[in-house]
Amino acid sequence: MNDSDIRKVIKEELNNIAPEVDLAAIDPAADLREALDIDSMDFLNFVTAIHHRLGVDIPELDYPKLITLDGAAAYLAAHLGPARK
Amino acid sequence: MAEFRMPSLGADMEAGKLVEWLVKPGDRVKRGDIVAVVETQKGAIEIEIFETGRIEQILVGLNTEVPVGTPLARIQTELEATAGTAAAAPPPSAPAVPIAAPPSMPAPVAPSPPPPSPPAPPPPPVAPAAARARVSPAARRLAGLHAIDLATVTGSGPAGAIVYADVERRLGAPVAQAEKKRAPGLDLDAMRTAIAAAMARSKREIPHYYLEHQVDVTASEQWLARINAARPPDGRLLIGALMIRSVALAARRFPTFNGFYRDGKFEPSRAVHVGVAIAIRGGGLAAPALHDADQVPLDELMARMRDLVQRTRSGRIRSSEISDPTITVTSLGERGVETLYGIIYPPQVAIAGFGRVVTRPWVVDGAIGPRSVVSITLSADHRVSDGHAGALFLAEIGRLLQEPDKL
Repeated sequence: MNDSDIRKVIKEELNNIAPEVDLAAIDPAADLREALDIDSMDFLNFVTAIHHRLGVDIPELDYPKLITLDGAAAYLAAHLGPARK
Repeated sequence: MAEFRMPSLGADMEAGKLVEWLVKPGDRVKRGDIVAVVETQKGAIEIEIFETGRIEQILVGLNTEVPVGTPLARIQTELEATAGTAAAAPPPSAPAVPIAAPPSMPAPVAPSPPPPSPPAPPPPPVAPAAARARVSPAARRLAGLHAIDLATVTGSGPAGAIVYADVERRLGAPVAQAEKKRAPGLDLDAMRTAIAAAMARSKREIPHYYLEHQVDVTASEQWLARINAARPPDGRLLIGALMIRSVALAARRFPTFNGFYRDGKFEPSRAVHVGVAIAIRGGGLAAPALHDADQVPLDELMARMRDLVQRTRSGRIRSSEISDPTITVTSLGERGVETLYGIIYPPQVAIAGFGRVVTRPWVVDGAIGPRSVVSITLSADHRVSDGHAGALFLAEIGRLLQEPDKL
C-alpha cells in the first residue's frame, strides 16, 4: 500500500465516524479529536476498524501518534511491513 | 387478545410517527422482539413488544402519526391461542395507560386519552418485504422527502442495509449540501425542543441539590493500561465503562438515588438501568439505558456501551432503552470542563456527572505527587434524598474506582 492508499482507508474509516465532516478540508496536521469532534469511543472505534482492515495492531501507548492524518498515515506505513507495501 | 400501542418514550412525548413495520399479520412474536420503528423528536426508535404471540392485525399504516397509547396492532397472545378463543375476541376497551409498556416505564405526565379503536379498519397496506430491509434513518428521511419507494433501492450497507448514499444514487443527483450536513436521521431542531421541554420541567419541578467529590483515579488508569495492553482494539475498555459500573454498583447500595418520582411519591427501582448521556453529532443529546449495569461483567458492559453509543448516534435506539433508565451518568470528560452538574431527567431522581480526568498534585501517603484526578458530581432530588445520603453515595463511587479489578 502506498501513502495515498493508506490515507484513503483512514479517511473512509473517519468518514464512518463523522459522516458530516468534509475530510478533504481537514488540515492533515490538525488534531483529529478536535477537528472532527471525536471522543475516546470514536477513536477506539477508529483504531478497531483500522486493525480489522489493515491488520495493524495499535497499542494504546501509540494512540498519540495517530491523532493527526499525517501521523496516522506515517504510523500505518511504518507498521504495515514490507510484505504489505 | 392484546393490543400493541404507541409507547410513551419519555414524559415529553405526545405522539410518534410509525415509519416501519418489521412484522406482518400472522407473524409470531416474542417479548422483546423489535416489531416497528417509530420516529419521534428523539429520532427513530426501534419499538419492542412486550407480549408473546401472533400478530393478528396491523391497525396503523406506514407514515402515520398517532398519539401515545393508540393501538398499533392486535396480538393473539399465547394463552389465548392455546385456549382457542382468540380469533373472535373483540378488542378490549382502551385503557388510559399503554398496556404494552414495560412495568418500569415512566408514565406520561398527562397522556392524551387514546382515541377509541377504529371500528374494524381495513388492514392498511404494508409491504413486508421492503419494510424488512434495514434502512438507516437518514436514508429513510431522504427517501421520504423525494417520495422514493425504498423497495426500489438496493442497499449497500451491512447485511444489505439501505444507507443514505444508496438513496442518493437512486435519486440520480447529489442532494443539497444543507441536507447532507445534518446529523444522520435525526431532526436536531425537534430534539432540541424535546430536551428543552424535559429540562424545563426538571428545573421547575425538581428541587435539585448538588455535590462534588474529587477522586484519585490513578489506580483505574493504571489497571486499564495494563489490561488493554494485552488486548486487541475491539476488546479494550474505556474509563467510561468503569465510571458507569461504579455508579451502578453504588446505586444498588443506595436505592434512594435509583428510581422514579411519580404521582407525588418516590418509587425505588430494584433494577439498575443506567442512562448514558450520549452526545449526538451536530448538537443533540440522548440518554438511553444500559440495562442491569450492576449485573453484567465489565467486558460485557463495555461491549454494550459501544453498541449503544453507535446505535444512538446513528439513530437506532430501542424503546426500552429510551424509556426506562433509573439513574443517569453524564460526562463531558475528554475535552473541556473539569466539573459538570447534570440536570435530572424526570421522572428520575439523580444524575452523576464526571468531568475530565486531569493530572494534579495530590497527597498520597504524606507526599505530594502527580495523580490522575476526576471530579464526580451528583445532582439529586431533594424530595427523595438529602446531602448527607448524597455524600455517602458519591464517596461510594469514589471508593469503587480505587479498586478497578473488583468492578
